[in-house]
Amino acid sequence: MSRGPRVAVIVFPGTWSDRDFAHAATLLGWEATLVWHTDTELPAPDAVVLPGGFAHGDHLRTGAIARFSPAMRAVEAFAAAGGPVLGSCNGFQILTEAGILPGALLRNDHLEFRCDWQSLRVEIAGGPWLGELEPGESIRLPISHGEGRYYADAAVLDELERNGRVALRYAEPSDAAGGEGNAAGNPNGSLRSIAGIVNERGNVLGLMPHPERAMEDEVGGSDGIRLLRSLDRWLVAQPAVAERRL
Amino acid sequence: MHWLAEVHVRLRPGIADPEGQTIAGGLRSLGYDSVVEVRAGKLLRLSFEAPDRGAAEAALGEMCARLLANPVMETADWELRPADEATEEGSA
Repeated sequence: MSRGPRVAVIVFPGTWSDRDFAHAATLLGWEATLVWHTDTELPAPDAVVLPGGFAHGDHLRTGAIARFSPAMRAVEAFAAAGGPVLGSCNGFQILTEAGILPGALLRNDHLEFRCDWQSLRVEIAGGPWLGELEPGESIRLPISHGEGRYYADAAVLDELERNGRVALRYAEPSDAAGGEGNAAGNPNGSLRSIAGIVNERGNVLGLMPHPERAMEDEVGGSDGIRLLRSLDRWLVAQPAVAERRL
Repeated sequence: MHWLAEVHVRLRPGIADPEGQTIAGGLRSLGYDSVVEVRAGKLLRLSFEAPDRGAAEAALGEMCARLLANPVMETADWELRPADEATEEGSA
């Protein structure tokens, strides 16, 4: 692939990380297009990003209104066709409301909005969003949310674990690989310290942390580059994706 | 005809409710030591048109399933009444 990936960044009323993703795209050599939520078609992207924020004011529930946006119908079709989709923070909440990813994000257990750097343990590698990371390694990304407590019933949690769909867990770097993250490293009470999951096929990643805010050492860390850079390698290895654009 | 509904959206039993726990702690700090548990939820008041009670119930069920509650973590139930009580009896 001679050009950089084309990435559609969906913008809802109240989205706040869209321009951070556009900036991240510039650093990565990607071509980012901001897509307004009322648009019914995507601009032939290689990947779709659902950024963080407070779509529709988070009213009723986070992501509850956004999931019915016209643009989300196109995102659902893109994801169903195997296209890479990344949902960060509010984007993760929208993906669960839409049923593209299982579970739900509830109010943080301490009721506080938590904005901080967070240590995470990478649980799986490969796919469009994790190919540059190593299972068991510790990365640091910012979190910024009031509703990040991952919840799903025990059967769903077991299924996620069994099939290697837990992508990231909140965990202190000292926490040994494997098993649940330690409680001290869990910033919101997420069940089994889950910070990010993928869909069955692995093309959709939802995570509460913000990789787009960890792109430069000047802002405190650059692990976000490695995560997002995974897309480049994956696309090169998947030439069929280019033919499948919607 | 015109209907009024009060929809109660509740967290499913067993899901930790930190808001309810905090409220319970507030009550206990005021001396209401007998408070065992508080569960917080949402109350949504809807005003809408439907030809009869059956249609109104069906519409509410659909609205709850599609948007008002997330079945992963919530349940919804409601109280439904005609905006004008006499109207329903007249048409029944």
